[in-house]
Amino acid sequence: MLEIKNLHVSVSNQEILKGISLKVNKGEVHSIMGPNGSGKSTLAQVLAGRETYQVTEGEVIFQGKSLLEMSPEDRAREGIFMAFQYPVEISGVTNTYFLREALNAIRKHRGLQPLKPVEFAKLVNQKMKLLEMDEQLLQRSVNEGFSGGEKKRNEIFQMAVLEPKLGILDETDSGLDIDALKIVSNGVNALRSKERAFIVITHYQRLLNYIVPDYVHVLVDGRIVKSGGKELALELEERGYAWIENAQAAAPAGA
Amino acid sequence: MQDMKSYLENFARFEKSATQNGRSWLSPIRQAAIERFSELGFPTTRDEDWRFTNVAAIARTPFRLPQDGHIRLTSQDLDAFLFPGLECTQIVFVNGRYSPGLSSSKPLPNGVKIGSLAQAIASDRSLIEPHIAQYADYQTDAFSALNTAFMYDGAFIYITRGMVLREPIHLLYISTATTDPIITHPRNLVVMDEDSQATIVESHASLGSNVYFSNVVTEAVVGENSILSYYFIERESKKAFNISTLRVQQGRSSNVVTHSVLIGGALVRSNVHPVLAGEGGECIVNGLFMSTGRQHMDNYMKVEHASPHCDSRQLYKGVLDGKSRGVFHGRIIVHKNAQKTDAKQTNKNLLLSEEAQIDTKPQLEIYADDVKCTHGATIGQMDRDAIFYLRSRGIAEESARALLLLAFAGESLRRMRVEPIRRRLEEIVAQWFNQEKVLEEV
Repeated sequence: MLEIKNLHVSVSNQEILKGISLKVNKGEVHSIMGPNGSGKSTLAQVLAGRETYQVTEGEVIFQGKSLLEMSPEDRAREGIFMAFQYPVEISGVTNTYFLREALNAIRKHRGLQPLKPVEFAKLVNQKMKLLEMDEQLLQRSVNEGFSGGEKKRNEIFQMAVLEPKLGILDETDSGLDIDALKIVSNGVNALRSKERAFIVITHYQRLLNYIVPDYVHVLVDGRIVKSGGKELALELEERGYAWIENAQAAAPAGA
Repeated sequence: MQDMKSYLENFARFEKSATQNGRSWLSPIRQAAIERFSELGFPTTRDEDWRFTNVAAIARTPFRLPQDGHIRLTSQDLDAFLFPGLECTQIVFVNGRYSPGLSSSKPLPNGVKIGSLAQAIASDRSLIEPHIAQYADYQTDAFSALNTAFMYDGAFIYITRGMVLREPIHLLYISTATTDPIITHPRNLVVMDEDSQATIVESHASLGSNVYFSNVVTEAVVGENSILSYYFIERESKKAFNISTLRVQQGRSSNVVTHSVLIGGALVRSNVHPVLAGEGGECIVNGLFMSTGRQHMDNYMKVEHASPHCDSRQLYKGVLDGKSRGVFHGRIIVHKNAQKTDAKQTNKNLLLSEEAQIDTKPQLEIYADDVKCTHGATIGQMDRDAIFYLRSRGIAEESARALLLLAFAGESLRRMRVEPIRRRLEEIVAQWFNQEKVLEEV
């Protein structure tokens, strides 16, 4: 589904990602873990199409197409969804209106008719229950005045409505209390299917108790330094990131 | 100034015809006004109130007064300027003159008058004389002086005591294509007796794309405990000049909401000047202006608190694109006796291009000591993070921009209580952004 080949990314001439390669097949859940500043969020942003990053080398193939050449909206329409680490507040645009615009843009791209208001309301209600969201949030401006937890829930709620092929969760767990974490995880798990893949970016192992990954990759200083199964996350939980970072530092340059 | 002579000559000719048929009683006011205008001349940027707006283009254009009677329009010509779904009394003016054929009104309650000022000057002197030219200041404002000198037609609205008019009154000023530039001086007088209520919409629009000048003055006298909503919607041709003054005199416990929407015109100045003359009055002044190309839009707002316990709120929002220029000049004046005044003024601007420019000048003049007054202005650009967020959900970049612009303007539009007007303006705003599809399904 997604293949990242030797991806190098810079921000204002400083290299953040230094050659990432990763293959994600449909149905799989990959977790990317790593210390702060290792480039996890950069990877998520680049996949979603943020223009402030420069890709200096490498390519990303998504369902046979070159992802990096697509606009952010085309990526979304092709089936990529990134849950933002810091969801943006948009004053004056209601959640429902925004979501219907987004859904219908995606449907149009897929050759489907726009959803009728009744059908849309039904879909939205169903997904709101999944995320245990307060109905009032729908009529409020996008993320405006939402608590941190409500914002994160709103991201997963949007994902549930838009039904992407690849969901990228950028530190969705950070700042969530255990109850909110469970709700968010349930929402994600309900979306897991043979056709859909996830990249779950997190700093903490805790989330992975609820969203159990198939693969865990450790990102340090812009490189994936270790990959393994879900047990790797537990090892990181016990030992921290230091042992991997130290192993990295001890290795000869360019290795 | 070469043109002063032509204004005076025009006045001499105009005055001859204007005094016929029982209208001569206004002559002394007109004479005083033209004399004052000839003394004042057109303002320059050396005048503090005109620092950011240069009216030289108006001063040097040789305007003529429109000729009567040979313009044929059909009601279809007006369709673009109506508000679908709005049940209203409609008074139409073509090149400044009342058009009975295009106007429509249901039977009015006893004593209520809605119609042509030119007719009312002849027939209802006793209702008009106590108010006309008593509030709009033709002693210091050259454009008000010019309007007052040449005032002839416009709307006269008189609402009797206790009367609540459910349906809005739409005053539609249409300019037609003319070969040489014309000048019109629409004059509206609104008189509301105690406990009355009305909604008035004043639109200015054009069927041509030529140069002309609408020099408008409206006086509204709002009696004790009365409620007035006033919408001013300016959609002149891209080459037109529009200078307007809305002067509101508020009685005790009255409540006035105004909306000024500026969209068209090359050079536009909107003066809104409510005076809270009676205790416990409230006024809310809203403005929305959107300029592009080389348009110049000047919003001059002056709220005078002349009595205790009055509240005022002002919200002006500007969207500026291209090489356009906007001005917000907002003054709150609190007179010495106006204790317990609560006034708040806000001006927010969104600049869409590098070359657009806004001058914003909020001002407080407070002579009382027990008041609450705040003001503030912001100037910003489109939020890039918000655009990216919308795009990352599949919404096209252009639609994302339009959505954010509409949301910005929406803060102003949502305050409009008359739904057909609000909806129509939302459409117009969306069209302005060239993104009608955003609204398709609302």
